Amino acid sequence: MKMTLWQQAATIALCSLSTMATRFLPFIIFRDGERTPAFIRYLGRVLPGAVFALLIVYCLKDVSFFRYSYGLPEAAGIAATLILHKWKRQMLLSIAGGTAVYMILVQFVI
Amino acid sequence: MKKKDVLLKALKCAFPYTLPILAGFWFLGFAYGYLMNVSGFSFVYPLVMSICIFGGSLEFVAVSMLLSAFAPLQTVIMALMIQARHLFYGISMLDKYRGMGWKKFYLVYAMCDESFSINFTADIPQDVDRGWFYFFVSLLDQSYWVSGALLGALFGDLVHFNTKGLDFIMTAMFVTIFAEQWMKEKRHFSELAGFASGVIALVVFGPQRFMIPAMAGILALLYIFRRLVEKMWETGEDTE
Repeated sequence: MKMTLWQQAATIALCSLSTMATRFLPFIIFRDGERTPAFIRYLGRVLPGAVFALLIVYCLKDVSFFRYSYGLPEAAGIAATLILHKWKRQMLLSIAGGTAVYMILVQFVI
Repeated sequence: MKKKDVLLKALKCAFPYTLPILAGFWFLGFAYGYLMNVSGFSFVYPLVMSICIFGGSLEFVAVSMLLSAFAPLQTVIMALMIQARHLFYGISMLDKYRGMGWKKFYLVYAMCDESFSINFTADIPQDVDRGWFYFFVSLLDQSYWVSGALLGALFGDLVHFNTKGLDFIMTAMFVTIFAEQWMKEKRHFSELAGFASGVIALVVFGPQRFMIPAMAGILALLYIFRRLVEKMWETGEDTE
């Protein structure tokens, strides 16, 4: 192994500290009891919609849409999830159903 | 109510929300622990890393970091790029996590994609303590991840059944959470801004470095169209 134990520990510590910086920063800047600027309150209200959309893109970032299987299993899995959710609106059922469709496709079809 | 009952009630309410994460985290955590194991690391590494870092994608990247030469600056830049999205979670949770006392420290420390998504969207019943609900969601999620990583590191080579595609459970979960958010609101400027920025940044910058440009795009769109968005928001609320 190229790293010494201390270098490994430092690498893990840096990863942890960087992660915690991104999680704690907003709470450190905008403390309880102090008035949060209007623009930040506006962001707090409207950001989540964009964030959930971005998370879906993030989950699909490594899917290749121009090579076999063209993202079709992913599209089918998402479609199944959405249809189930529109129909029954049971989160666990939608998630399980969509995942089942995807697993069947990648294991047996493609 | 006695304190014990308050805790138990919050735990009972929180647990079902975390079930998809139990499945997803055990699978992904197991894969991560196993990867660490075959890369030549003792089980102590994934155990410590899953507790301290508690961020799946960075932990997978950290495996290759640990196998290369020591590069502290590169490590920090990489970690900040992968984790930058948490800044948006924090801004969204400022109100909900307000006044949570000592719990707040743990809630923010353990604010992964999944715990944020559940705690932001869950409809918590009036008679359930919000703080403890958030706390148990975060704690359960982290315990799934840590135990999955540990099991993978210890018993990874014993598993042979075909789990190919099981990681889609996380995508499916974010899709339903997105659908819930979509149905709650009448106007969808923010969701569409998220998709547009994400897709365009992904095409332009590629899967390794698209997140920060995508976040910048979202902020720019929300800033430029603030008047319009706020107007939409008001009319959306009026028609309810």
